[in-house]
Amino acid sequence: MHDALMIGGQEVTSRLFLGTGKFASNDMIPELVNVSGAQVVTVAIRRVDPDYPEENVANYIPGNCILMPNTSGARNAREAVRIAKLGRAAGCGDWVKIEVIADNRYLLPDNYETIKATEELAADGFVVLPYISPDLMVARKLEEVGAAAVMPLGAPIGSNRGLKTKELIKILIEECSLPVIVDAGIGRPSQAAEAMEIGAAAVLVNTAIATAKDPVAMARAFGQAVEAGRNAFLANPGEVFEYARASSPLTGFLRNE
Amino acid sequence: MSFYEEYKKFSDNDFSAFFNELEDQDIRRIIGKSRLTELDYLALLSPRAEKYLEEMAQKAHHLTLQHFGRTILLYTPLYLANYCVNSCVYCGFQVHNKLDRKKLSLTEVEAEAQIIAGTGLKHILILTGESRKHSSVSYIKDCTEVLKKYFTSIGIEVYPLTEQEYADLIQAGVDSLTMFQEAYNEQVYLDMHPAGPKRDYQFRLNAPERACKAGMRSVNLGALLGLHDWRTEAFFTGLHVNYLQNNYPDVEVSISPPRMRPHLGGFNPPVDVSDKNLVQYILAFRLFMPRGGITISTRENPQLREHLIKLGATKMSAGSCTAVGGRTDAAKSTGQFDISDERDVATMTRVIYSHGYQPVFKDWQTI
Ligand code: SF4
Repeated sequence: MHDALMIGGQEVTSRLFLGTGKFASNDMIPELVNVSGAQVVTVAIRRVDPDYPEENVANYIPGNCILMPNTSGARNAREAVRIAKLGRAAGCGDWVKIEVIADNRYLLPDNYETIKATEELAADGFVVLPYISPDLMVARKLEEVGAAAVMPLGAPIGSNRGLKTKELIKILIEECSLPVIVDAGIGRPSQAAEAMEIGAAAVLVNTAIATAKDPVAMARAFGQAVEAGRNAFLANPGEVFEYARASSPLTGFLRNE
Repeated sequence: MSFYEEYKKFSDNDFSAFFNELEDQDIRRIIGKSRLTELDYLALLSPRAEKYLEEMAQKAHHLTLQHFGRTILLYTPLYLANYCVNSCVYCGFQVHNKLDRKKLSLTEVEAEAQIIAGTGLKHILILTGESRKHSSVSYIKDCTEVLKKYFTSIGIEVYPLTEQEYADLIQAGVDSLTMFQEAYNEQVYLDMHPAGPKRDYQFRLNAPERACKAGMRSVNLGALLGLHDWRTEAFFTGLHVNYLQNNYPDVEVSISPPRMRPHLGGFNPPVDVSDKNLVQYILAFRLFMPRGGITISTRENPQLREHLIKLGATKMSAGSCTAVGGRTDAAKSTGQFDISDERDVATMTRVIYSHGYQPVFKDWQTI
């Protein structure tokens, strides 16, 4: 069976998305892409510098990757839209991850401003992937205004705490027809696998790889974990039972009349 | 309510009594917490906490990696003018000092900008002395217009302005503010600023908040270390940053911990702030505000700056020059103070990479 992830009409081959904002050097990006198999790579438009090729993060993304610029630094919808358009003008393509954050302590996304930015950019032909706090009504609204996927957080950005919002993400997966991509908070390959097992379409990882002692080995581990988790989801795991099934059933005395 | 009220809440406290009551277990408990209170921060600045610098450093390193990754933003200062009407006792540019006063013409600003832009830097911090006559807001605005062609982020370190003036500069393309209160202790402040408009303690103290209200996206605060007891000055700086972050959560906040440097005039700082003290301040601030920026200027020496990369620094200046027109003019004017790390941008880039970190040249662009 061909298990394709389609986003904005494009087939995505790997369900591990790679973030790039925290590496010791942009030089590492091609190797991390290579060992992890990641195809979608996100870069902050604020860091894209077309005038200075050696330091321009966008120049380090291998040609077979899909570039997903993000609007980090945007504090409201207006700024996110401006940044997205600057990214497109700088040659970053039509995909955009909307990141609207007006809270510097926890970096939690502003869902309301995110919906506004998504609506405007989707109407303008962008393939929009909004980063959100998991909320079903918000996800539905995003679907309505033309988002190509939704990206709920698993835990606060950079926290490596894992799938703290699992119950809410499960609801999004069950109720939304858009791909649900878990973004932020995933700190271990096992947590990425868990997200995939419950049916996430993909996961995005940056801090966990960037802050590992050996980022290359960690990127490889994440690639494997995401694949394993996806395969487990497709294999339809057996049911989980809260109580043991006793070998002497409690209702065994009932006979069919 | 302004930060002055917040300052007043703590200014009459008996800090040494507070420090004396701290026990080792208090410090250990605070290091283990995920969200520190103001008094927790003060405790980490205490003499008692000096024993725990290594533990604090481990946590500070971890928090910085988590929030900023292995990156250091590079920027450089550009002095536009050294005319000044104040008489700050510690500064080489003060009104009574005999030195060549100079103000860059817009053509000269452009020439300096071209040289700096040639090094790849995209973040610039423009400075002037305090002279509304020579360095008027409209002059700063004109300079911003010129610099916008070369840089994606423009910061100002100039005399305190009104909210409307900040709004005008933001409109012109300024996106960050650096404001040194110099001394938070009000009496020390008055002693250090005997005359001139800078003597107005509260107008300066409330300037960062006016900038936040006007929509400034990033604000960097500092006390000039050496003018007064560094522990309480560090405390009030952190308190000020925390106050702004609570009230303006969308503003990116940061601190600079500058120490006094030799300069024309030969002022001897009353307080000696050692490397160990400076490190304690940086670590305590990182634990108090895990997402706050920490700027390390070229006032510090190369070795110390390199060590600070792993202890919480997020921004560093490079290729600095504190003289007006110093980059284009061989017979340059006198600088505001002597810099200690003279390395150029290319060298700093190599050095940062050699420590396993990425120098970031562009991290914002005016939108
Ligand atoms: S510190 Fe600033 S205001 Fe004071 S004398 Fe120097 S240039 Fe003037």
